[in-house]
Amino acid sequence: MSTYFARHAQALLGSMGHLSRNPLATFLTVTVIALALVLPLGLNLFVANARAATGNFSNAVDMSVYLRGDISAEKAEQLARSARGRVGVGDVTVLRSDQALAEFRKYSGFGAAIEALQSNPLPNLLVVHPDADHSGPAQLELLKRYFGAWPEVELVQMDTEWVQRFSAILDVLRTVLLIAVVVLSLGVLAVVGNTIRLEILNRRAEIEVTKLVGGSNAFVRRPFLYTGVLYGVVGALLAWGIIALAVVVLRRPVASLAKLYGSQFMLNGLSFDDLSLLLLGGLVLGWLGAWVSSSRQLAAIEPRA
Amino acid sequence: MIEFDRVSKRYPNGREALSNVNLRIEPGELIFLTGRSGAGKSSVLKLISLLERPTRGTVTVNNINIGTLAPRKIPAFRRQIGVVFQDHKLLMDRPVFDNVALPLIVSDWPLKDIDKRVRAALDQVGLLGKERVLPMELSVGEQQRVGIARAVIARPVVLIADEPTGNLDPALALEVMRLFQRFKEIGTTVVIATHDVHLVHEFGQRAIAIENGQVQ
Repeated sequence: MSTYFARHAQALLGSMGHLSRNPLATFLTVTVIALALVLPLGLNLFVANARAATGNFSNAVDMSVYLRGDISAEKAEQLARSARGRVGVGDVTVLRSDQALAEFRKYSGFGAAIEALQSNPLPNLLVVHPDADHSGPAQLELLKRYFGAWPEVELVQMDTEWVQRFSAILDVLRTVLLIAVVVLSLGVLAVVGNTIRLEILNRRAEIEVTKLVGGSNAFVRRPFLYTGVLYGVVGALLAWGIIALAVVVLRRPVASLAKLYGSQFMLNGLSFDDLSLLLLGGLVLGWLGAWVSSSRQLAAIEPRA
Repeated sequence: MIEFDRVSKRYPNGREALSNVNLRIEPGELIFLTGRSGAGKSSVLKLISLLERPTRGTVTVNNINIGTLAPRKIPAFRRQIGVVFQDHKLLMDRPVFDNVALPLIVSDWPLKDIDKRVRAALDQVGLLGKERVLPMELSVGEQQRVGIARAVIARPVVLIADEPTGNLDPALALEVMRLFQRFKEIGTTVVIATHDVHLVHEFGQRAIAIENGQVQ
């Protein structure tokens, strides 16, 4: 077993040595891989930051549940407690009719007219904040119907059109991201595959001799697989570096822009999970590109006397 | 044991290198294949080492019909055969040690054993102390001996050599032949293709003459 690991360590070190002896070619290949990874990574980060900047989706679609005029504030509190127990509801706030009237008096400019009213025409109101996991348009519609069926409820209001638009924009961005991931992953596979193909052609004589003395395809392939993995991982690290630099450069102007809109939003960089996924993606793409290319090439190389 | 049963070999360019060849080499035998250049000696060696497959007939090595051997079994088969090439086939950018160690490395030998075996093999061919030297820094004769050390290091069941003394001076050629003789004595089957009739006479072993692709 120790011999097995020693052979792998040897192959890895050999691949590292080979890459370091050709710094320019290695740099160019790694840069192309990094740039291919930067686009989907950047798009993903953009979507994540856009969501953070616009607030949680569920906060943006608060539901106003207007109770009938004869429902008391105590009953409204009781209904709020009941609503909080419902699946899909994150939180419920009670806006009492007297609070609502006071606010209306303060902000509407109709203070004198309101004073003339014999009674408060505003009903008690439940402001329902949907749960983050149940904020899709279909789930919100279900929630709306649920509250609408309560006998104490007069009207349920929700800006579903806006919700649907926002959801559609996110869907488009997600699809664009998916397409970018697929296309650029194929690009990385092609870059690694072609680099390994050229590498194999350059080392054809060595491969022939190795096969001549009994080296199997798996043995011959091993250093090329490590080379592919190194390309992928180093390319992923470089992509991470590019994105991290971009975040550092953009953080201040984005914060200034957000401030103009009264927001404390700060641009977020890649998380540890993002970095782990990126490195894993680079590793798998590098390995796969090298494996496909080397398997095809090595099958065609047989020793000649 | 090596056995050729009505073996013919025709290359893609249409040249028939061997025609209906029958031969049998016993285990532990040292045998010479003689004949002029282009007679078919090298084709016999290529068929034994599975660098080529017969067009017709059966080649059996150690009870294995190697003409039908599955591709995935070829590496294991080749590890049982040591081959000394006329053009050495060394890795010119690797030191002598790495070249000689290669058959052991592909067979996953433990590193400590490889070191010992390489030194022993280099000692046998008179190159001990040149482990770190690149082949291109060696004379042609020394390169030939590196090729021999590589061929014998894994103690193959069959050792084949194509004109192994062609680049060596007479004294060294004799030394190399004595080395082959020692392998024969420990049970290795040795097949040597040569056109040096003096060498054949000097060692008095069985010789198979090949002319125009046929055993004479």
